[in-house]
Amino acid sequence: MQITMSVNGDSVTREIEPRVLLIHFLRDVLGLTGTHWGCDTSNCGLCTVLMDGAPVKSCTVLAVMASGHEIRTVEGLATGGTLDPVQQGFMEEHGLQCGFCTPGMMLTARALLDKNPDPDEDTIREAISGQICRCTGYATIVRSIQWAAAHPAGSSQAETAVDPETAEVSA
Amino acid sequence: MTATTERASNPAAAAEDRPIGFGRLQRKEDPRFIRGKGHYLDDVNLPGMLHGAMLRSPYAHARLISIDTSAALKLPGVHAVITGKDLEGLNLAWAPTLSADVMAILATDKVRFQGQEVAFVVADDRYAARDALELIDVEYEALPPVINARKALDADAPVIRDDKEGRTNNHIFDWEAGDSAETDAVFARDDVVIVAEDIVYPRVHPAPMETCGAVADYDPIDGKLTLWETTQAPHAHRTLYAIVAGIPEHKIRVISPDIGGGFGNKVGIYPGYVCAVVGSIVTGKPVKWVEDRSENLMSTSFARDYLMHGEVAATPEGKILAVRTTVLADHGAFNATAQPTKYPAGFFHIFTGSYDLEAAHCKVTGVYTNKAPGGVAYACSFRVTEAVYLVERMVDILALKLKMDPAEIRLKNFIKPEQFPYANKTGWEYDSGEYERAMRMAMDMAGYDELRREQAQKRERGELMGIGVTFFTETVGAGPRKHMDIVGLGMADGAELRVHPTGKAVVRLSVQSQGQGHETTFAQIVSEEIGIPPEDIEVVHGDTDNTPFGLGTYGSRSTPVSGGAVAMVTRKVRDKARLIAAAMLETRPEDLEWEKGRFFVKGDPSQGKTIAEIAMGAHGTVTLPEGVDGNLDAEVTYDPPNLTFPFGAYICVVDIDPGTGVVKVRRFIAVDDCGTRINEMIIEGQVHGGLTDGVGMALMEIIDFDEDGNCLGGSFMDYLIPTAMEVPDWETGHTVTPSPHHPIGAKGIGESATVGSPSAVVNAVVDALQPYGVVHIDMPCTPSRVWEAMQGRHVPTAGV
Repeated sequence: MQITMSVNGDSVTREIEPRVLLIHFLRDVLGLTGTHWGCDTSNCGLCTVLMDGAPVKSCTVLAVMASGHEIRTVEGLATGGTLDPVQQGFMEEHGLQCGFCTPGMMLTARALLDKNPDPDEDTIREAISGQICRCTGYATIVRSIQWAAAHPAGSSQAETAVDPETAEVSA
Repeated sequence: MTATTERASNPAAAAEDRPIGFGRLQRKEDPRFIRGKGHYLDDVNLPGMLHGAMLRSPYAHARLISIDTSAALKLPGVHAVITGKDLEGLNLAWAPTLSADVMAILATDKVRFQGQEVAFVVADDRYAARDALELIDVEYEALPPVINARKALDADAPVIRDDKEGRTNNHIFDWEAGDSAETDAVFARDDVVIVAEDIVYPRVHPAPMETCGAVADYDPIDGKLTLWETTQAPHAHRTLYAIVAGIPEHKIRVISPDIGGGFGNKVGIYPGYVCAVVGSIVTGKPVKWVEDRSENLMSTSFARDYLMHGEVAATPEGKILAVRTTVLADHGAFNATAQPTKYPAGFFHIFTGSYDLEAAHCKVTGVYTNKAPGGVAYACSFRVTEAVYLVERMVDILALKLKMDPAEIRLKNFIKPEQFPYANKTGWEYDSGEYERAMRMAMDMAGYDELRREQAQKRERGELMGIGVTFFTETVGAGPRKHMDIVGLGMADGAELRVHPTGKAVVRLSVQSQGQGHETTFAQIVSEEIGIPPEDIEVVHGDTDNTPFGLGTYGSRSTPVSGGAVAMVTRKVRDKARLIAAAMLETRPEDLEWEKGRFFVKGDPSQGKTIAEIAMGAHGTVTLPEGVDGNLDAEVTYDPPNLTFPFGAYICVVDIDPGTGVVKVRRFIAVDDCGTRINEMIIEGQVHGGLTDGVGMALMEIIDFDEDGNCLGGSFMDYLIPTAMEVPDWETGHTVTPSPHHPIGAKGIGESATVGSPSAVVNAVVDALQPYGVVHIDMPCTPSRVWEAMQGRHVPTAGV
């Protein structure tokens, strides 16, 4: 069947089997391998993406259920030549080690900060509690999100983080 | 030593304000990971690639009667279905393990654990491959399983390994360390206080976030196999494939891409990898196989499963005299543990801990059961984790009996700084340590006396607060070639350094990061030794065609062994640079002085050459001294003279809900000493992660089985891992006691916290339950188990 959705701002239309999971649609059909898979049971949250701005676990969402919706993945975090403050925060505060849970963690952090720009530690911990990290022990992830909250997009430090992938070449 | 001070000591780098050497430094690997541009195994996609899926046994023990693959083969999109019979024809149905046993790749005669590999499907995509699994018809004849290791040696126990000729029982090995008679003599003295306890370290699982997988690409024209694998030890794998599959070793290239966590889970070779190779040879196309989470938890390398009995003899004043222990080690259906050949129980004989003893002895018996094989993973640690847990629980039980404070009894028994190097009673030579300093620091950070006062007040009000103290000594960095090998391969590591003409460098490693940040820390080691900024140093690893041979990353060995190799190869390059600089400056090598990044003439600092200038000279037209060839490159293989002995003091504070038995870790104070510190930020991250592992094992994680051998921990709904809600904000501190024998004095940090933290948590739980007279609870201290203990009921031993 045919589905159409917005992925990182681009409209995509594809013909797929109805049983295809959103995670496999993103990874195998669109080639967006930044979203990772970890458990199939919605426990680990590696596959978290944003659907209309809210975190969903793409291993338990059928691609057809995402049709007509806006999906944002880690590949869509940096915009207009600038890293998202969340991305910068994870580097500053060592919020990642193996990097496998990182895309999902960062997207949940982005959704949290969009709703609550100044969350306290308990709020951050609760926001990421549906996701497992086996490397960091979470404290540095909390600090990374706090760093992002303290350096919102548009503030001087965040602006200096130029992302070569999305930066437009000036004439 | 900070990056700032290092910068100040290096004029070239200071001018550009670029960090040199050790200190906090952001990771070189992060920019790709935070953009979703990491390249993990499942991101490897090759033209024409097919997908594999594994059919697994539903039984723990059953005879294989027949396998009918005809319906599966008829399914559109299916290219091949491989069974044990097919592999028998290739002499690949069985393969040697890392412990001188054999293991089934695909079952031929029997299945021996639930989840064992039975057949492998190769199809167009992962959905078709899974569909085909449903169409394979296997007939089994169920057999009684051996699940409880304590019954494995009963005379009437079913024999699991009847594939081995003449085998009549489930016994694998007996292994001893220390002096039995000397130890028994101490225990027999009239004036000693003795405590004894059964202590189980249940089966747990590393459960890295990325499961295991492989992509095999066999080129039939030139006979070359390129194999992408989730492996912590690419070079050892290459050699093993050559030996097992008969493919010449120069025709095998193992590539370990970015790894989404390992923790020992990715040391061994799994049947899925071998089947992907066979699938590629059979179909002539690349084949990808990635296991799902249940396959990972049910079939790949578990950890622990040690049933221990510990005994301590001490004076009535609390001086510990001797420790003895017997262990029943549950190795599952195949003895596939990855440990040095001489040590079937790994380094368990470090169970003497941090204490100055008169005598010690251990006896470990390994048995087969109908459970998944493996046995060292999860901060694989070569059984140091079990050893530390045993001794640290036993010391607390002794303190309880003698009514002594657990910190006080440890301080009283520590090996003193002047006793190092310290020969313990089971054959180790501890390299260096200053234990009391670390213990006092942890107590100061915790506010130990104040915590005890708070606890006393709370007890009066009926509140359950516990303070757990632990002190650990590890033995890591395996190891000296004369003592240690795995399947005949010495446990050394190679490193190769090339300084390019413009002064930028490439260093190639035999070890493989799974998140530890090797691309950063190894660049920092080179930088520290030769003064090139870390950003100008490329770290290459995880590709056997492009890196020197070595045994890989596990057991906290990357910094102690490969870190030594990298320091030594950089010094070798520096020595060569001195000769070339002397030629360029027309002086004698011994008249040159080194400052980071530059040689200059003694007494005339203005006359000098930077490493970049020397590199250009080496590759250029400078007339080189006799015997010096025209490059600035070197290669070494580092054979460590001894292991390293990191240590630390941990204090855990818990609160227990008396109504429900729920344990909440309120605070955790960790003081670690890993010798010289390369990157503060990465070290802290390693410690945080290990502490979280430890809390998980102490409170939540267990791979348990029912009496039929059904795995009860086969998904993340059943196998519980801490989230951000179950762990506190960690409080870390450190002391620095360099290793005297390591080139840069570093000891390794990867497993310290996993080794040290479980006993701190359990000691805290038992401490909290003192009003109930509890002496010991086996892990995991789940609410129901804690609550049962509070009711004075017998809490069944976990894992059996």
